[in-house]
Amino acid sequence: MTAAGEFLPYFLPAAFDPNLRPQTSAVIEPPPVLQAHGIYKSYQKDSLEVPVLRGVDLEVATGQITAMVGRSGSGKSTLMHLLATLDTPDSGEIRFNGRRIDNASRAERDAYRNRDIGVIFQFYHLLPELSAVENVLAPMMIGKSTWAYFKTRKQARLRAEAMLDRVGLLHRATHKPRELSGGEMQRTAIARSLMNAPSLLLADEPTGNLDAETGLEILKLLRGLNRDDGLTILMITHDDSIAATADSLQRMKNGITQGNRPRRIA
Amino acid sequence: MYRWLLCFRYLRTRYIALASIVSVMLGVATLIVVNSVMAGFAAEMHDRLHGLASDILIECHASGGMPDPETRLQEMRDVLGDRVEGASVSVHVPAMLGIDFNGQLITRHVNLVGIDAETYDRVSQFGKYLLHPENQSQVSFDLRESGYAPERENFPAAGWKYRRQRAEYDRLLDEERQRVDRTLRKSRLQAGLPQPPSRQVDDDLEDDPAAAPSPGAGADQGPSMSLDYSADLFAGGDGGTPRQTFDMATDQFPGIVLGIATCSSRLRDADGNVNDHYYCRPGDDVRMMFPNASENAKVVNQKFTVIDLYESGMSEYDSTFAFVRLDQLQEFRGMIDPISNTRSVTTVQLKLVPGADLNAARDALRKRYPPDVYAFNIQTWRDMQGPLLAAVRLETTILNILLFLIIAVAGFGILATFFMIVVEKTRDIGTLKALGASGSGVMSIFLSYGVLLGVVGSGVGTVGGLLFVRHINSIAAVIERITGQEVFDPTVYYFNSIPTIVHPLTVVWVVTGSILIATTASVLPALRAARMNPVQALRFE
Repeated sequence: MTAAGEFLPYFLPAAFDPNLRPQTSAVIEPPPVLQAHGIYKSYQKDSLEVPVLRGVDLEVATGQITAMVGRSGSGKSTLMHLLATLDTPDSGEIRFNGRRIDNASRAERDAYRNRDIGVIFQFYHLLPELSAVENVLAPMMIGKSTWAYFKTRKQARLRAEAMLDRVGLLHRATHKPRELSGGEMQRTAIARSLMNAPSLLLADEPTGNLDAETGLEILKLLRGLNRDDGLTILMITHDDSIAATADSLQRMKNGITQGNRPRRIA
Repeated sequence: MYRWLLCFRYLRTRYIALASIVSVMLGVATLIVVNSVMAGFAAEMHDRLHGLASDILIECHASGGMPDPETRLQEMRDVLGDRVEGASVSVHVPAMLGIDFNGQLITRHVNLVGIDAETYDRVSQFGKYLLHPENQSQVSFDLRESGYAPERENFPAAGWKYRRQRAEYDRLLDEERQRVDRTLRKSRLQAGLPQPPSRQVDDDLEDDPAAAPSPGAGADQGPSMSLDYSADLFAGGDGGTPRQTFDMATDQFPGIVLGIATCSSRLRDADGNVNDHYYCRPGDDVRMMFPNASENAKVVNQKFTVIDLYESGMSEYDSTFAFVRLDQLQEFRGMIDPISNTRSVTTVQLKLVPGADLNAARDALRKRYPPDVYAFNIQTWRDMQGPLLAAVRLETTILNILLFLIIAVAGFGILATFFMIVVEKTRDIGTLKALGASGSGVMSIFLSYGVLLGVVGSGVGTVGGLLFVRHINSIAAVIERITGQEVFDPTVYYFNSIPTIVHPLTVVWVVTGSILIATTASVLPALRAARMNPVQALRFE
């Protein structure tokens, strides 16, 4: 257990609240929002083929926080890129709400990244030229044509401010990323990922670059989003203590998932 | 939307882009200034060339010219119909000009033109380039009392007043020489020495009685009378004949208008001031030698009195032309048929109505007078000045190419800058793609960035260039003051200010061209950004 363990009670109780989590194993679960099956991926290094993923199976259940744990180099970032369709697998298939997305057209994948999922990164990846609120607005600007955005810019702005408010950063809306702390940047990134109301949030080491306390605040925020808004979250981490807070956990080692063992806390 | 937002932000926050903007700006400004000056120059030159040359020129290459010009003119009018606005006939003959300058003979090759002042001024600009204000409105081949070139400082005294003084001076000089001669003879006689050969005292120009018609009387004399076959030009004629009554102080020879550069030189003195030095001026007499129109041509040696000078600003014209009255020249050259009394001319000049197609008119005339039958050379003024106009065009074209190369260099600057920016923005490009931006969307960020650089650069450049053009003369003055070097050397150019014309179309071309170059330069970096693998871009460990 790392230091994060001490704070677990702050956000664990939500998972125990029967009112907020009505589904039990007895109830018929909704279909998984994201499924990956038999994913292979290797990189070519000179003439040497380096396998990274060697048959990964994964299911992300709707409305849950799923954690994917693995050590550095186990291929979890690669998996994440594949799930976000930033890269294509050598074989295997990825389905989003039952629809195959790994071999979809470029435009479809762009739309998928823009509307269906939200992504947050270890290094936040905010655009340094834009203020916090503009960063939050970015997905909506990207998703709409200039004219369509221009017509709805007021609503967009309001929504962006609401998102910032949701992560508690409304007072810093006009600040540039370099004027924000790490935690604030990650929260801005979360607000940005929520902008287009995605049904799935992919979080790649969301706390990896933060101190323990700030990291826990971020986790708390994510848990709150899951609880209050029913947001499905797939969290990739190397930290077992963080993974332990998730609704279900999958472990990855040397590019293979260690069996699909949903760890139900119920 | 994010494209524009981002590219505006990049423009505002990347100072390195300013360098690209400045280079585009300078290129555009230079192009506009150079094109305006060249256009101004060309227009000025066209104006002058056209003004001097009349629309269509029909030259007859036969030495006797074309007889019966009225019939010819009627034929031409029949061919061209109502396109003819004016016509003038003239005689062109190569001649040698002799000027007596401080006892020395200065010779120049000139193109002697006999003109009908009335009609000539209608087909081409002539009078307005004369120095005397009255001649500018009404050309007269009689010497004026005074008042030449009133706006010109340092113009020497000229006219009848000067001529009388000159005659008085010559008379006194002559008397003195005779006195010295007499004294010399007397003393030699006393000393018993042999007498020196009788010296021809008067070696001036004026003592050529054979060629001394009374003022304006040339028309009355038969052609034979004005022919002077004296080969000994300035030796003072045939000493034995009694002096005639020609008095320099009151009489003049037939009037002649000399191109200003045939009888003057423009020099720069030690202080850098430009001064004109005249070998002769209105009121002086000059000698012209030219072939007559007979089968076996002989030289006609005729004196003229300079009655005005001609300054068009085109050195080619100013240094070769001398104008006399058409009827006088026809007589001197024997171009009048003694039986029918018709007069021949060598050249017909036509002025067409504005907007008429000169080339079509020329071709129609050529068809009427086929070159293998008639020794006519039919040209438009453009044909005549073809090499010069072509040279200016070539110059403009080459300058434009060179200056566009400057903008192309600026384009390569943009290329390099953009590659740097793309590399710097690798992570952001990955982020944008992770947020769902398409490759073409990312590409358009950098493309519109390039367009924006081009637009801003060429916009500022256009404004700067136009301001420069507007104030070019004061700028030239400032540069002159700083460097001490005259930008526009008046000994070379006859303009006292730099002529400029801004063609809106040229500006549009320049701006479009530079925006295109800036855009083209940003295509490669933009493609690179678009093709960038988001995974590589996001990998940050």
